[in-house]
Amino acid sequence: MATTLPPPKAGELEQPERPGNGSTGNGGWQNLVPADGNLRTIEEYSPPPSSSAIWVGIAAICMSFAAFTSALIVRQGASNDWRHITLPSILFLSTMLLVASSVTLEVARRRVAAHMGGLTSQAVSSKLWLYMTLGLGLLFVAGQYMAWLQLRSEGLYLATNPNSSFFYVFTALHALHVMGGLAGLGRVIRKLGLGTLRRSTLDATSIYWHFMGALWIYLFLLLWMRI
Amino acid sequence: MHEVSAAPAAHHGPPTTFIRKHVFSTDHKVIGIQYYHLALVAVVVGMVLSWLMRIHLGWTNAAIPGLQALSANGAPGGVMTPEYYLQLMTMHATIMVFFVLTTAPFAAFGNYFLPIQTGAEDMPFPHFNMMSFWVTLTGFLVLVSAFFVSDGPPLAGWTSYAPLSAIGKAAGPGQGAGQVIWATALGIFCVGQLLGALNFISTVLDMRCKGMTLSRLPVSAWAWFITSCMGLTAFAVLMPACILLILDHVAGTSFFIPSGLVINDQLIPHSGGSTLLWQHLFWFFGHPEVYIAIVPGMGIVTHVLVTNMRRPMLSMKAILYSMWALAFLSYMVYGHHMFVSGMNPFSSLVFSFPTLMITIPSTIVVLIWIGSLYGSQLRINTASLFALGFISMFVSGGVSGFFLAQPSIDIMLHATYFVVGHFHMVMGVAAMFGIFSGTYFWFPKMYGRMMDETLGKIHFWLTFVGTYCIFMPFHYLGWAGNVRRYAAFTDDYLKPLIPLHQFISVAALFTGAVQLIFIYNFINSRFRGAPAPPNPWEGTSLEWIMPSPPPWNNFGGKDPVVYHDAEQYGVKTASGADYIMQNSPEQALPGGDGD
Amino acid sequence: MGKFLAVTIIVIAIASAIPVVMHTWEPPADISTHGHLIDSQRDDTMIEAGVSFLAAQILLAIFIWQFAGSKREGKRKTFPGGAKGLVGAALVLVGAEVLALGAFGTKAWATVYFTPPKADAMPIQVQAGQFAFYFRYPGPDGKFGPIHPEMINEGTQNLFGLDPEHDVESRDDIVTAEMAIPVNKEIHLLMHAKDVSHSFYVPALRVHQDFVPGLDLSLHFTATQVGKYEIVCSQLCGLGHYNMRAYLEVMSQADFDDWQKKQAAAQ
Repeated sequence: MATTLPPPKAGELEQPERPGNGSTGNGGWQNLVPADGNLRTIEEYSPPPSSSAIWVGIAAICMSFAAFTSALIVRQGASNDWRHITLPSILFLSTMLLVASSVTLEVARRRVAAHMGGLTSQAVSSKLWLYMTLGLGLLFVAGQYMAWLQLRSEGLYLATNPNSSFFYVFTALHALHVMGGLAGLGRVIRKLGLGTLRRSTLDATSIYWHFMGALWIYLFLLLWMRI
Repeated sequence: MHEVSAAPAAHHGPPTTFIRKHVFSTDHKVIGIQYYHLALVAVVVGMVLSWLMRIHLGWTNAAIPGLQALSANGAPGGVMTPEYYLQLMTMHATIMVFFVLTTAPFAAFGNYFLPIQTGAEDMPFPHFNMMSFWVTLTGFLVLVSAFFVSDGPPLAGWTSYAPLSAIGKAAGPGQGAGQVIWATALGIFCVGQLLGALNFISTVLDMRCKGMTLSRLPVSAWAWFITSCMGLTAFAVLMPACILLILDHVAGTSFFIPSGLVINDQLIPHSGGSTLLWQHLFWFFGHPEVYIAIVPGMGIVTHVLVTNMRRPMLSMKAILYSMWALAFLSYMVYGHHMFVSGMNPFSSLVFSFPTLMITIPSTIVVLIWIGSLYGSQLRINTASLFALGFISMFVSGGVSGFFLAQPSIDIMLHATYFVVGHFHMVMGVAAMFGIFSGTYFWFPKMYGRMMDETLGKIHFWLTFVGTYCIFMPFHYLGWAGNVRRYAAFTDDYLKPLIPLHQFISVAALFTGAVQLIFIYNFINSRFRGAPAPPNPWEGTSLEWIMPSPPPWNNFGGKDPVVYHDAEQYGVKTASGADYIMQNSPEQALPGGDGD
Repeated sequence: MGKFLAVTIIVIAIASAIPVVMHTWEPPADISTHGHLIDSQRDDTMIEAGVSFLAAQILLAIFIWQFAGSKREGKRKTFPGGAKGLVGAALVLVGAEVLALGAFGTKAWATVYFTPPKADAMPIQVQAGQFAFYFRYPGPDGKFGPIHPEMINEGTQNLFGLDPEHDVESRDDIVTAEMAIPVNKEIHLLMHAKDVSHSFYVPALRVHQDFVPGLDLSLHFTATQVGKYEIVCSQLCGLGHYNMRAYLEVMSQADFDDWQKKQAAAQ
C-alpha cells in the first residue's frame, strides 16, 4: 500500500531543470522506478509522448475498422443481395504506390536520422525523399478517386449493392486518414526546413504512414476476398 | 545536433490575449472548466426536458405553459403530443448520457486534474485538447439544433434502434432531418472524445513527474486513465455505426434496412440490411459507455473518501484491479441488452454469465469502501456526504443488475421501468453524486474560492432523499410490467400505476428544483465565496501543493518530485500533521495509525 | 450530521423494501405453463438481491454512525479480516451466488427457448406494424399463404399482403385483429414485422419477444386460464407506441372453434 523511499540527500533531486530535448515528461512508462525504489537510478527524462501516443491513435483506428469489418461480415451474411464486385484494376497500381511511399519514407527517415546525428550532407537529399513520399501519397489518393470513377462508369454507385457500399465507405475513410498522414508529412517537411523537427515527430509520422499502408492492404484483401 | 534544433514545442508560454486565455485556450485547466460549464448547460437542458416529461406522464392532458412556444406542432395549446414526448425523451437521454455524464466526470475533471495529479505541466498535445472541447461543443450545438428543424428532434430514443432510426421521414416525426442531425452530432462527439482520450492516455504514460510511479498515481487519475482506454475503444465503434446510419439516410444504402418493409402501404425501397447489426454495434459501444459514466465517479469518490477518512483505503490495489475488471468485462456483456431482441438464445446465456460476474468487482469496490470506513476518522462535509451517498446509490442501483443479468427474468423486466430505474440509479444518480462530490471537493482549487457548505449540505439532503423518491418507485413500476417509453398509460393493467407515476413526477419536480440551490451556490461562491487556501481539505495529491487557482503553468515551471503514494493519511509526522504530501520527502514517524 | 445520514440510509433502505415484501405492485398473475419457472427464479433473485441490498446499506449506515467525526486515540482499528477477507468474501460468496443464479436461471431460459414446439402445436402468425398487431390463422388446410409486401393495403384490408388469386394456401387464411387461443393448447407463434422493430409482450403469459424486421422468429407457449389479457408493444416503434396493443382471448376449445367459424365467415 504505502510506498515510501529513504529521503534523498539535500538538493540531489530538487526540481531538476528541463533539458532542451523537447521532452515534457520525465517519468514515462519506459522509465519506471526500479523495484528497490531507488529514485537515483532512473533516467532523467522519458521519450517524448508522441512515441506512445501514435500507438494509442493507431489502436483507435484499428478499433473503428474492426467495427466496419464486423459490419461487413454481418451484412454479408444477413441477406442474399450481396453481389461481389470486381475491384477496379487501378487499385493494384495505387497499392504499389503506397508501398513505394513507405519505402521512400523509410529512406528519408534514415537520412534525417543521420543528418541529426551530424551528417550535414544528408540534409538536402532527405528532404527530396520526403517530397517523393508526399508525391506518392497524393498519387495514391488520386488513384482512389480514379477507382471511384471507374466504378461509376460501370454503374456501381454507393447504394447499388452492399459490396459497393462498403467499397466506397472503406476507400473514402481510408483516403481521409491518408490525407491526415499527408498533412503530417507536410508538417515534417516544414519543420525540417525550419530546423525544428524532432526525431519523435518524424518517427511517429512514419509509423502512422506505414500503418496506413498496412491498413490499406488489409482493406484491399477484405474487399477482394469472398468471405 | 546541427540545424535541427529542439525547441520544446509542447511548452507554451503564458497566454496573453483574452481569446487565448479563456476561449481558444490550450491550457488543460481552462479546457476542463469549459467542459464543466458545457456539462452544466447541458444538464440544465436535460433536466428541464425531464421535468416536461414527468409532468406529461403524471397528468397526460395537462397544458404546460410556454411549451407551445417551443414547438407549436409538438405541443398544441401546451399539451404534449405522444410523438413530442418521445422526441423530448430522446433528447433528454442523448444530452444526459453524452454531454453530461461523459463530459463532466471524465472530460471536465479529468482535463483539469489528470495532468496536475500526474505532475505534468500540461497534456502532451494541447492543441488536440483544445480541439477536443470545441469539437464536443460543436456536437452539442448540432444536437440541440434538432429542436429547430421542422419535424423536430428524432423520437427513436437514445439507442435509436434501426430500422426506425434508418428509414427516414416515413417512420415518424423527426426521423428525417432530426435523426440525421442526431447521428451527425454523435459522430462529432466521438471525434472530440477520441482526441481527449488520446491526450489522457499519453499524459499518464509519458508525462508523469519524477517519482510518480504508476502505483503512486492517485486513484482518480487511474480512473480517468481506465475510462480513456474504454472511451478510445468504445467511441471508435460508435463513430462507424453513426456513419453507416447517416449513409442509410442520405445515400440510399441498406446497412440496417432489410427488404420488404411497408409503411403506409408503401414498400420501402431498401433491401437486405441487418437490423440486429445496429444493435450489436450500438451496444458494443453502449455498455462500455455506461462504465465511462460511472468509473470516473468511482475514482473521484474514492479520492474524496480517502482524504476525508484520514486513512488509506484497506486496499487501493483491490479497487484499481476491480475498476480494470469492470472495464474489461464491459466489452463482454453488451449482449444482455438484447436478450429478447431475436439474438440467438444461446448467445443470451453466453452474455449472461460475464454480466453476472460484473457483480464481483463491483462488490469488491463497495466492500473496500465500507470496510475502510471502519476505524476511520470520517470528516463530514458536502463532498464526503455526496461520496457516501454515491455508495448508497451505487448499491441500490447495482442490486437490480442481478435481475437484468438473467435472460429468464429479463423476459418479464426487459424494456420496463425496472431497467430505467436501474440505469438511472447507477449511471444517472450515482454518477451525478460523483460529479457533485468532485465539484464540492475541487471547486476551491478550480475557482480559488470556497463553496458555501451550508447550502451544499441542504442541497445534499434534499437531493439524496429526492432521488430515492424518484428512482426507487421506478423499480416497482417495472416489477409490475410497466413498459418504458410510453407517452401515456392506456393499458388496463397500467392504469392502477398512474398514482405512483404522479408521486414520481412530484418528486422529480421537487428534486429538480433543489438543483437550483446548487446552481445558485455555484455562481454565488464563484464570485463571492471566501478565498480558498491551497489545501483546504488537507489532501496529499499534487493538486494541493499549488495555489488555488493554480498558475497557467501549474507548478511554476518546475517539475515536482514525488516520494509517496497519495494515501499518506493518519500518519505521525514531525510537524504534527496527520498526512504527508506526495511531494514531501518527509518520512512518517513510527507510532502512526498504520503501525 | 453523520448519525443523521446513517439513520436516513436505514430508513430509506427499509422503506424501499416494504412494497417489495408487501407485494404492493405485482405483474398480472401468471397464466402460462412455463411462467412459474420465471417467477420463482425472479423471487429467488429478489431474496438474494434484497439481502445484499439491506446488508450493504445497513453496514454502511452503521460505520457512518460509528466513525463520522470520531477522533481516535491510539492505534487505528482495522476491519476484521482486512482487505483480504473482504475480497475473499466477495469472490467466494458473490461468486457462488451469481453462479447459482446463472445456473438456475439457465434452466428457466432453456425451458422457454431450447425446447421446440410440439408437433401438434397450433400455428398462429402475428404481424406487428405501426401501431397494431394482426393475427392470421392458417384455416382448414393448416398452411399460411405467402406474404407479398408490395400488396399490403390497409384501404382494402389486405393487411398481410395476401394474394388468394394466385396462392391456394391464402384462400382459407383467417386474419383478425385480436388473438383468440384455446386454453391448455400449445401455440406456435410465428412473428413477422411489417415495418420497424416491435415487441410481443404479454405480462400475464410471461412471454416477451422482439419482432425483428427481416427476420421471422417464433415463440411457443401454452395458456392455462380462460380470460382476456393484454398484448402490448415494448419496443419503441414510433409515435403510437404507447397505444399499440391487442387482446389475447383465452377460451375453451369449444368456444374457440365457434369463434374461428365466425371469423372465417366474416372474411
